[in-house]
Amino acid sequence: MIQDKSLASRLFDGFIVTVLVLVAAASLYPFLYVISLSVSEPDAIRSNLVFLYPVGFLLDGYQLVMEGKMILVGFRTSVFIVLAGTTVNMIMTVLTAYPLSKSRFILSNFWMMAITFTMYFGGGLIPTYLLVRELGLVNSYWALILPGAISSFNMIIMRTFFKSIPKELEESAVMDGGGDFIVLTRIVLPLSKASLATISLFYAVAHWNDFFAALIYIKEPIRYPLQLMLRELLFTGNMQEATHRMIEDKKAMYFENVKYATLVLATLPILLVYPFLQRYFIRGVMIGALKG
Amino acid sequence: MFCTVWESNGQHLDERVCGCSMGKTAVESGVGNIPGGRPRSTLAGRASALSALIRRDKMLLLMFLPGICFYILFAYVPMYGIMIAFQKFSFSRGIWGSTWVGLDNFINFYHNPYFWKLIRNTFMLNVYSLIFAFPAPIILALLLNEMRNAFFKKSVQMITYIPHFISTVVIIAIVSNLLSPTSGIVNHALHSVFGLEPIYFMNEAGWFRTLYISTDIWVGIGWGSIIYMAALSGIDPHLYEAAHMDGCSRWRAIFHITVPGIMSTIIILLLFRIGSMMSVGFDKVFLMYTPATYETADVLSTYVYRRGLVNAEFSFATAVGVLNNLINICFLITANKLARRYTETSLW
Repeated sequence: MIQDKSLASRLFDGFIVTVLVLVAAASLYPFLYVISLSVSEPDAIRSNLVFLYPVGFLLDGYQLVMEGKMILVGFRTSVFIVLAGTTVNMIMTVLTAYPLSKSRFILSNFWMMAITFTMYFGGGLIPTYLLVRELGLVNSYWALILPGAISSFNMIIMRTFFKSIPKELEESAVMDGGGDFIVLTRIVLPLSKASLATISLFYAVAHWNDFFAALIYIKEPIRYPLQLMLRELLFTGNMQEATHRMIEDKKAMYFENVKYATLVLATLPILLVYPFLQRYFIRGVMIGALKG
Repeated sequence: MFCTVWESNGQHLDERVCGCSMGKTAVESGVGNIPGGRPRSTLAGRASALSALIRRDKMLLLMFLPGICFYILFAYVPMYGIMIAFQKFSFSRGIWGSTWVGLDNFINFYHNPYFWKLIRNTFMLNVYSLIFAFPAPIILALLLNEMRNAFFKKSVQMITYIPHFISTVVIIAIVSNLLSPTSGIVNHALHSVFGLEPIYFMNEAGWFRTLYISTDIWVGIGWGSIIYMAALSGIDPHLYEAAHMDGCSRWRAIFHITVPGIMSTIIILLLFRIGSMMSVGFDKVFLMYTPATYETADVLSTYVYRRGLVNAEFSFATAVGVLNNLINICFLITANKLARRYTETSLW
C-alpha cells in the first residue's frame, strides 16, 4: 500500500474507514438485536420498541429455557456429538494424512488422486442414505459421525502441514530405533499442535452447527441435537406445544423471550470460544490457501 | 539397515528416512537395468522389492487402513448406488433385485414441469452469487489492506468473521425475524419512514433471490476475505514504493498493483466456484423457502430431498442427483479449459 499524506489520500482513508465500520456494524447488529430482544419486556417486544438496546431487563426467558427440559437435552446431545465426532474426525484425519505426507509411501499419488476425485464426484444423497440404512445406523448418532469422519479438505490441509515438518526431526527418533508410529506420536504430533487445534475446531464447529444429517437420520424429537430442535421450535412451530406445556399459562407471555433466549444459548458456546481461538482458524485457512 | 546411497557419502541414515530401497545394492533388489550385462529386473525381483517396500512401510499402511476403509465405504460404495438411478428401486427387492428401467427416470425428470424451473433456479442463484457474493470478500480484503491502523483492522476482521461460525438455523431465524411483517424492524422502518405496507419478504418468490444472496454475503464476506488477505500479504511492497515514486495515487495503485497481484488466487477460487455452479447448498434454501416461494427458491438439492427422502422415490431422486453432479463436472472442466487457455492459472 502506498504511503501518502496528501488530502486525496486522507479522504480515501476516511472513505475506507466509513465503509468498514458500516460492514462491521451490519455484521454485528443482528446478534446484538437478538440478545437485546431476549432480555426485553414482552410488551416492548410486541410493540416493536426494541431496536438495539433492550427495553426493560428480565431473565425470565433464560430461566424458562433452563427449566424446560427439551432445550437442555438438545444441548447435551449436541455436546456429545461434538466431542465424540471431533475425536473420531481427528484420529481418522491424522492417521490418513500422515502416511500421505510421506513421499515414499506406496502409491501415494494414486491415493491422492482417488481421494481428490471423491471431492468432485460422489454417490449423492440417496445412495448415501440407503447405505447408512443398510448399516443399521438410522436413528443412531453414529450416522452423524461416521459418514463424515474425514473431510478431504481438512485432511489435505493436515497433510500439507505434516509435509512441512523437517525430516531431520524425524531422523532422530528413527536413529533411536523408533517405528513410524513412534515418530508420529512422539515427534510429529507435538510439533503440530497449532494445526491440530485448527482442524479440530473446524470439525467441532461443523458438528455443532449441523442440522441436515440429524434431519434425515434422527427420527425421535427427544434425540435431536440442538440445531434441529431449534429449527423445530422456530420454524415449524411443532414444538410450540411442547414449550407451552413447559411454561405455565401465566408465563406464556414470555414466549418471545424464550424463543430469543434459545437462539442466544444455541450460539453462546461458539461466541464465547471464538475470540480465543480465532487466530487458529485463520492460520489454518492460510496454510490451506497458500499451499493447497 | 543403512541406506546405500548415503553410505557412500560417509553418512548413515535409516532407509525409512531417505526413502531408498532396503540397504541392498541395485542388483540385489533386482530393480533397474544395470549396465555391464547384469539381468534386467525380474518378476521375482520386482515382487521382492514390493514386499520389501511393504515391510518397510508396514506401520504407515496400518495407519492408513482406517482411512482406506472410510473412503471405500462412504465415498466409493455410494457411487455404486448410482445404479439405482437406472432402476425402479424397491426396498424389499434391494439393489440387485429391482427391475432395470434404463434411462426412464432421467426421461421422466426431463418431462417433469419442474425440470427447467429447478435448473433455472439453481443456475440463477449461482449466477447472482457469482456477480454479487463472490466479489464481496475481495472488496473487503482490498479495503482492509488499505487500513493502516492495525487495531482497527483486526477488530473489523474479528467482527466480520463471526457470522460464518453461527449455525444456518440461527442465521435464518434472525433473518426471518428481522423481516417479519408483524414484528420485524425492517417492515417497521419501511412503514414509519416511507409509509409502506408490510412486505411478506419470506413468502414472496420475487424476494427470495435477493434475500438469499444478501444472507450469503453477510455470512461469508468476512471468512471469505481471509484467503485474499493471505494472498495480499504476498505482494511485494517494493512495487508500491516504485509506483508512488512515479506519482501513482492510492486509488490507482489498487487497480494496477494490488488486484493483478492477487489475480491468480481470484481465478483459482473462481474456478472452484464455477465448479459448483449447479449445486446450491441444501441448508440455507431449505430453511428459507416456503411452498409459496418454490417458484424461485426450489433448487435441485431440495427437490432431491423432497422426492427422495420425503416421498421415498429413491430411483427418481438419485437420477436427479446424478444429473446435477454431471452438469457440475461439465462446468468445472469447461471453466478449467477456459482458464488454461486465457490465463496462466488453472486447477489442472
